[in-house]
Amino acid sequence: MITKRMLLWLVFVLVLVALPPLATVLGQTYYIDLVRRMLILSLAAISLNLILGYGGLVSFGHAAYLGIGAYSVGIMSFYGVASGWLQWPLAIGASALVALAIGAVSIRTSGVYFIMITLAFTQMLYYLGISLAEFGGDDGMRLKARSQFTGLVDLRDPVAFYYLALALMLFSVFLVYRIVNSRFGMVLRAAKSNDARTRAIGFSPYPYRLAAFVIAGAMCGLAGALYANHTNYITPGLMSWQQSGDLMFMVILGGMASTAGPVLGTFVLLLVEEVLKGWTEYWQAVLGPLLVLSVIFFKRGLAGMFYKPDA
Amino acid sequence: MTWGLVFEQLLNGLQYGVMLFLMAAGLTLVLGIMNMVNLAHGSLYMVGAYLAVALTGWTGNYFAGVALALLCTLLVGMAIEVVALRTLYNRDHLDQVLATFGLILFFNELVSMIWGRGAQYASLPVWLQGHIDLFTGSRYPVYRVTILVVGLLVAILLWYVVTRTRLGMLVRAGASNRTMVGALGVNIKLLYTVVFGVGAALAGLAGLMAGPIYAVQPGMGELILIQVFVVIVIGGIGSVRGALVGAIIVGVVDTLGRAFLKPLLGSVISPPAAEAAGPALASMLIYLLMALVLAVRPAGLFPARG
Amino acid sequence: MLEVRALTKRFGGLRASDGIDFDVAEGETHAVIGPNGAGKTTFISQLAGNLRPDSGTVRFAGADITALSAPRRARLGLARSFQITSVYPDFSALHNVALAIQAHSGHSFRFWRDARSDPQLIQPARKILGELGLGERSEVLAANLSHGEQRQLEVAIALATSPRLLLLDEPMAGMGIEESQRMITLLSSLKRRHTIILVEHDMDAVFRLADRISVLVYGRVVATDTPEKIRANEEVRRAYLGTEA
Repeated sequence: MITKRMLLWLVFVLVLVALPPLATVLGQTYYIDLVRRMLILSLAAISLNLILGYGGLVSFGHAAYLGIGAYSVGIMSFYGVASGWLQWPLAIGASALVALAIGAVSIRTSGVYFIMITLAFTQMLYYLGISLAEFGGDDGMRLKARSQFTGLVDLRDPVAFYYLALALMLFSVFLVYRIVNSRFGMVLRAAKSNDARTRAIGFSPYPYRLAAFVIAGAMCGLAGALYANHTNYITPGLMSWQQSGDLMFMVILGGMASTAGPVLGTFVLLLVEEVLKGWTEYWQAVLGPLLVLSVIFFKRGLAGMFYKPDA
Repeated sequence: MTWGLVFEQLLNGLQYGVMLFLMAAGLTLVLGIMNMVNLAHGSLYMVGAYLAVALTGWTGNYFAGVALALLCTLLVGMAIEVVALRTLYNRDHLDQVLATFGLILFFNELVSMIWGRGAQYASLPVWLQGHIDLFTGSRYPVYRVTILVVGLLVAILLWYVVTRTRLGMLVRAGASNRTMVGALGVNIKLLYTVVFGVGAALAGLAGLMAGPIYAVQPGMGELILIQVFVVIVIGGIGSVRGALVGAIIVGVVDTLGRAFLKPLLGSVISPPAAEAAGPALASMLIYLLMALVLAVRPAGLFPARG
Repeated sequence: MLEVRALTKRFGGLRASDGIDFDVAEGETHAVIGPNGAGKTTFISQLAGNLRPDSGTVRFAGADITALSAPRRARLGLARSFQITSVYPDFSALHNVALAIQAHSGHSFRFWRDARSDPQLIQPARKILGELGLGERSEVLAANLSHGEQRQLEVAIALATSPRLLLLDEPMAGMGIEESQRMITLLSSLKRRHTIILVEHDMDAVFRLADRISVLVYGRVVATDTPEKIRANEEVRRAYLGTEA
């Protein structure tokens, strides 16, 4: 049975697939770069949606994993290990480990404490990044060379890289979709919907939340690895709380707890930023109030305009 | 590493702690009573600093400038509350975080538009510029002592208001049970605005005092804000006493750590390693402390709600 | 099946539970009644594991469960329904029950298979909803059910956990006459198959369903006996029944 939702997705994917050849023909290759950035950050937003949208964990420190993933690639490249087959699994693994450590402490708390603690831990990592003078400290470091996947794909080819990013983003959409509808996902969502009830039927939410936290961290680490390759530059700013806030907006704007939400939110937010940047140097002075208004008036997010959320 | 140096850094730590307290007191009350996470609190700190610079320059008089800056920050705070934040009291924390995040972006850019992105120079009047002699023999800036004194006076004033006046009683009651206070017929809206205004004024005071020591630049509020969060988590939400204790602890630990961790490490492990690890570890110190406190007391040291 | 000894819980100066001794035999329906503020919900919460007592013990099927968390107790077979409706408002009635079934059918660290259409979960859920008269309403979001239907859903969720002991906290709270009658009929059909602790204000229900009644006043059990003896008990009448029955 073909639903409206599936048709919309199909159209969206087709447009994304067609973009590089179209852009090349029209001489506007800048858009390949622009959309590739959106794809990579969508991946990060999708991972955050798992714990924030579906799990109800307001993690204000998710950008930490972007940083860890990026620095894993950067540091390995710095020491001469250029193979993506080694770098990217490390990026994912390191992110997962740090997520485990931070999550184990943070998930014991809830509400405001959880928000503040995740923020604090990310800030801690940010300061760690700044103090590592060997890797550029505050200024960050250049990526020596893009990750090599000899035989499979050459990331120096912008179009090939674009398609890899697209494939990974779509895969993560599918992955999260399976996870949230599985037994595991149902418990996670139940714990968000009614914590007391979930305990009363026999589930302790902690291990489920922690597992989701680790998975989300790992996925975001992959996004970080991709991002390092995209920008060819890695700075501690990737781990800043402003970046975390941006990610949260991408999730919320698009509509929490929906499959398309984070993708939609990322694309819209980044597009709005692009447009505003073209107008004025002080685009954040416009974006700020826009975001405030969107929070006050736009409760269900954009995805809610297209179809009802998953039950 | 002499005792004189240690004592001097201890004083620095107390002074920093006092400034953290001024920020934390307002934030923890707003959080405890109105159950609102206000990230824009750092923006009020920044506004206080910038206004002090601008108004002392404009009036030519330090006292006038400072007093006006305080007043204006109070007004800005109340304006924000009425215009943007009132709708958020009943929303969940996520919405509050996001909305106040948007406010931060706005204020940082606003300040950049008016004063540019570079750091501003905040000057001190001559009579605050000197040094005094400590009993240890070293000399210590008068200004920092002034900050300590002002901060302690404010702490005492707050203590008096919170524990000995009717307003303070309402504040404490509101921190532990908001709905009851409303049910008792108290004008909640007014109480909220007053609490928020006081918090804004305290943040502004911290900001204008910080100006001459730290850089006055866009984004200065957020740097200190996250440390203020650590203070509140350690101290317990809704508790002014917790804010004071937490602030002193964080201020002292952070300052002493930054000053002495590297040399201390250098005596244990090799100096080159300490050169790299020292600053990194020092900056992580208060967060590790926070994790430790939470492991033992998940609700902080003095939570207002039982 | 359940044995409570000297259960005490204080909130500041208030003694919500003051040395409660309490027993429930297997297959019994034991009602707990008492005026408002007597500490009935506090008592149930300590049995279910939502509150830690200050002192005293709770033994379930011979094992000491006093230190166990609520999820642990639920997995041992203690099911609780809440006085203030606590269901999953954004899930359908069917999924509300399916989740409870899932809690007791193997582990839930499965990340791939779609649980929304898993027959192992859905079929038993439909059956229970049918037994409770909610069969037609299984696809409705719990938030859109009427108050009475939500109370029924509460009971359905408790039943779905294959409980050995049911803790029902005012299942008929806020129900009209007709709905209450339906609930009483439902509960009497449950009597044969389950051990039940029933907290209720509805005296009609209590006297029709209970094998034994305990009367709780200011955190103390003032009487435990069969319904007839309780009805006739002078102290109980003075403290409580005089204004109700």
